[in-house]
Amino acid sequence: MLGTGILKGLYITAKNLVGSYYSSERLTTIQYPEQRAQLPENYRNFPFLVYDGEDAIDGLRCTACKMCEKECPPQCIYIIPERDEKGKLQKKPKVFDIDISVCMGCGICAEVCPFESIKMDHHFEVAQRNRFAGLLLHREQLAKSNKYYHSIRPKEATAVDESLAEEKRKAEEKAKAAAAAKEAAAKAAAAKAADAAKAKTDDLEEKKN
Amino acid sequence: MSASSESILEAFPLTIRDWLASVVPLDWLQWLILSLIGIVAILTVFGLTFAFTTVTERKLLGRFQNRLGPNRVRIFGIRVFGFFQPFADAVKALTKEDIVPAAADKVLHFLAPCAMVAFSLLGFAVLPFGKHLSLLSNIDAALLYFFAAGAASELAIFMAGWSSNNKFSLISSMRALAQLISYELPLLLVAVPAVLMAGSLSLTGIVVNQGGDLGILNWNVFTPWGFAGFIIFFIAALAECNRCPFDLPEGESEIIAGYLTEYSGFKYALFFMGEYFGMMSLSGLGVTLFLGGWQAPCAALAFIPSYLWFYAKLIVMILCFIWMRATLLRLRMDQLMRLSWKFLVPLALVNLGTVTFWKYTADWEGGMLVARWLIAIALVILPFISLGKVLSSGLGPRKYRYA
Amino acid sequence: MTTFPIITLLIIAVITLGITAVALFLKNIIHCSILLAVSWVGIAAFYLWAGAEFVAFAQVLVYVGAVSMVVLFAVLLTQRKQLDLEKLTGTVGFRELGKLAAAMVATVLVIAIATTPLTGSFDAINEPVITVRDIGIQLRDNHIGALLIVGVLLTVALLGAVVVASAEPKTEE
Repeated sequence: MLGTGILKGLYITAKNLVGSYYSSERLTTIQYPEQRAQLPENYRNFPFLVYDGEDAIDGLRCTACKMCEKECPPQCIYIIPERDEKGKLQKKPKVFDIDISVCMGCGICAEVCPFESIKMDHHFEVAQRNRFAGLLLHREQLAKSNKYYHSIRPKEATAVDESLAEEKRKAEEKAKAAAAAKEAAAKAAAAKAADAAKAKTDDLEEKKN
Repeated sequence: MSASSESILEAFPLTIRDWLASVVPLDWLQWLILSLIGIVAILTVFGLTFAFTTVTERKLLGRFQNRLGPNRVRIFGIRVFGFFQPFADAVKALTKEDIVPAAADKVLHFLAPCAMVAFSLLGFAVLPFGKHLSLLSNIDAALLYFFAAGAASELAIFMAGWSSNNKFSLISSMRALAQLISYELPLLLVAVPAVLMAGSLSLTGIVVNQGGDLGILNWNVFTPWGFAGFIIFFIAALAECNRCPFDLPEGESEIIAGYLTEYSGFKYALFFMGEYFGMMSLSGLGVTLFLGGWQAPCAALAFIPSYLWFYAKLIVMILCFIWMRATLLRLRMDQLMRLSWKFLVPLALVNLGTVTFWKYTADWEGGMLVARWLIAIALVILPFISLGKVLSSGLGPRKYRYA
Repeated sequence: MTTFPIITLLIIAVITLGITAVALFLKNIIHCSILLAVSWVGIAAFYLWAGAEFVAFAQVLVYVGAVSMVVLFAVLLTQRKQLDLEKLTGTVGFRELGKLAAAMVATVLVIAIATTPLTGSFDAINEPVITVRDIGIQLRDNHIGALLIVGVLLTVALLGAVVVASAEPKTEE
């Protein structure tokens, strides 16, 4: 009959009205500053730099390879590598700036980084009063400890730690092997040299005789 | 308006008013003060009701949609579920920039919101808020006055729409005028039965006619014609005050905000206010015509002052308005017109016949009383069903071919 | 109802006439029509002064509420073409017809005003002698014929309007 649809609709909205006071699963609103939603681990916002150890600047994994700077689509990363007095590259960033007013949070920098140094953050409350300076993050602000990285992305950080440890182990083994080989080569060379010297002396002696 | 001896509470507002007036010695000043007190009282009560209706509406709409609604505003650290919201809104409206389009008709653009509020306030003058509370209780043709005041607000809407010099505003004001004129007819037609039964155009007379020993059963809404009339009145009232589902004149998704497009700041707030005042006075009229006005539902509850009963009924009406808004979608223009002219107007006319029958069979008793009720109910139901069938034939549930 | 002195009538009359005069001389036609509606309110105020509240409210309801809308719609929907008034009304026939119509209307008005007996003092008529109920009984008993004729006339007009409005030219579907 005409009008029953309206009555049905009224019934449904009335059920919502009453239900919203009784069942908490109806109210999905999270009252933001006081209550916060659990961010999923793969949530990403702006990039940050991971450092190991205690000192934020010394422990940076970043080697200033500029891979991220090149890949960044909106070109918001700006890197100047450190140099020593003689002008030799130091594998450390002297300046590492990210303009988050330009950054689009694509996460490509984190993907291309070969040293697991640049990662995507969960921190999203970045509003500033200053349009230019406030949104240009320097390396001091960007550097965050590995512990923090673990706290926001436990799974990924563990995997990264393992792979880094593996790499380190491999590198050490390689270095050891290389060292051993070097030693052996040196020994061999020494022996050869000794042999050669001996042979020489022998020859000389033979000539003398 | 004479003070009675039945209850101190009942006459309380009058006592205060007379005491205030007696302070001044001059005769004509006394008359002025008596009038001013009534005006100020209405402005205060309904102004505050307006303020808290807005926040209640927003909160309830939230709940109807499983949200929380506004709950943040606090004064001095006190947050009463966000019920201070209207004060924050008022400050915002007052401090916003008042933008007048360069090509607008400045005078009319300014006058329109003022006229809107003024005309919507006029209706309150004749509503009987309580046994002794009414500003112009001695007006003989109070009902006619009410509708005349309501009709004038169309002019304000036209002024707003035309003076903005904006095509959306003009289209919307045309829509609004068509809607208001179309729905004024059923509104008037369903008010007539109550007049017929009471034998008086005076609203006080209509309310008194709904009193009696039966209490709540004496109210017009508990008769077949009264029930049908109340439903039609409710629909037409929704349309008259541009409420959802009849908010086409505003139609944000179609014509931006209609005649409000070029208004900002306090002028916008005035329109808002006018709309809510209109809603409240129409609700008050509905209460008066069908819900027994200030009458208590039964004699045992009559110790509660009559004006509180009126106010409670008014609030219930407004809550129903909000409930409707939370439930229904906006109509299309042709559906709007069809609903009024092809459905509500014929039903209201039939209802006129029903009430005539009801009036002439007032002395039937016993078995005839049952017959009276049955015939009257049939007179209400049958036209409704048959007209509904005719109008909705071929409009069955939509089949989605590509869904 | 309190009695209003004749000075109120004069004020109402001056305001109404003033508004009407302004409406006549304004350039903007929308302003004119809105002022026309306001002048109708003035006339309603006059009825109120005279104690005929039913007529006063009916005046506001019908004229300010409905007729003004019709006027405004008509103004808005009229095409604003620069009409050649000379050509349109320049012919002798038109002019003479216009003068004749004006003269006839004026005669009717003058006769109506002149023959209305203005008896009694102005202050005496303020009390509403006739209530709405009396008007109703009068219409039902003495003027039922006129009422029916008016009703039929209005119905015919309404039906005619519906027919005119619904006869839209068939466009290809």
